[in-house]
Amino acid sequence: MKNFFLIGFMLITCYAYAQTEGYKVGDIVKDFSLKNVDGKSVSLADYSNAKGFIIVFTCNTCPVAKAYQDRVSALNSSYASKGFPVIAINPNDADAVPEESFEKMQALSKTKNFGHPYLFDPNHIVTKQFGALKTPHVFLLSKTDNENVVEYIGAIDNDSEGENPEKINYVQNAISDLSNGKKPTVSSTKAVGCSIKWKKG
Amino acid sequence: MRIIFIICLSLIVYMAGAQVKLLTLDDLDKRIANGKDTTYVVNFWATWCAPCVAELPNFEKLRISNLKKPVKVILVSLDFKSKLEKAVIPFVVKNNIKAEVFLLNEPNQQKYIERIDKKWSGAIPATLFVNKRIRRFYEKEFTEVELNNALLNLK
Repeated sequence: MKNFFLIGFMLITCYAYAQTEGYKVGDIVKDFSLKNVDGKSVSLADYSNAKGFIIVFTCNTCPVAKAYQDRVSALNSSYASKGFPVIAINPNDADAVPEESFEKMQALSKTKNFGHPYLFDPNHIVTKQFGALKTPHVFLLSKTDNENVVEYIGAIDNDSEGENPEKINYVQNAISDLSNGKKPTVSSTKAVGCSIKWKKG
Repeated sequence: MRIIFIICLSLIVYMAGAQVKLLTLDDLDKRIANGKDTTYVVNFWATWCAPCVAELPNFEKLRISNLKKPVKVILVSLDFKSKLEKAVIPFVVKNNIKAEVFLLNEPNQQKYIERIDKKWSGAIPATLFVNKRIRRFYEKEFTEVELNNALLNLK
């Protein structure tokens, strides 16, 4: 019986480790196609003029993600025209958390007047492909002629509470570095966020 | 008179029980270093984190079943410091949490997340099992059985 528990526990541990796979800085991103809140599907290939992408894993319910909603919209307003559009993806399972349903995503996008796509990833396929672990979780990509490369992974800034006197805008700084033909000085950061609500069973 | 005294005393005990102090990682390290053979089960949670709140009763069960062993459950809230009085203390009182509760007093997430564990993405719930010899970190939710096993298998 004890062995049974041990094996069970080891399996769970392995599963937890498997979740940490995903893209690292420098990796080439495989394109995807996910349904947007407007019902149309969105792929990276749709953006022929982009210089890169700000991929943000975010959701409807996480307080940290909510604290960043306006900042994500602001990133899109500032950088989409400069070639770095925001693509938001909800990694959470709607069966695990009903508030994360596609309909609620549509409602949020409408209320908040999102200027960027907000994509539904019902089977965590793109979430696992990227290795997103929480919301919010940013992957900044740069685009060359035929591929998209991960340049930065982490937080939007170091000020989730909105009261850090030493605020650093990580994503903005990384885009600024890329625009100057450099690699981002800071290519990965960490921040507290909400764990992803995985499909049960 | 005696009744009033008892009421006052129980009120004081009640208030003290609901106390949530600030904790730095230096404080935590010191506590572990002075802990002799004690294993600390340090759970990182927040009042706004639904899965964290859901697993808190499992930590209470672990605490109760290990009362006579050198095991200490510590709940470290990552709530905003501004929420201490408004959210964290009321939550602790309302849910009658008996384990020690602290609010993490570290301004720099870049530093403290890595210092707790290099592999931690920053997602919560997360739990650290630590004593003077061993340090094991899990970025996951725990069931009661998993929690017991993690403690038993700490070697």
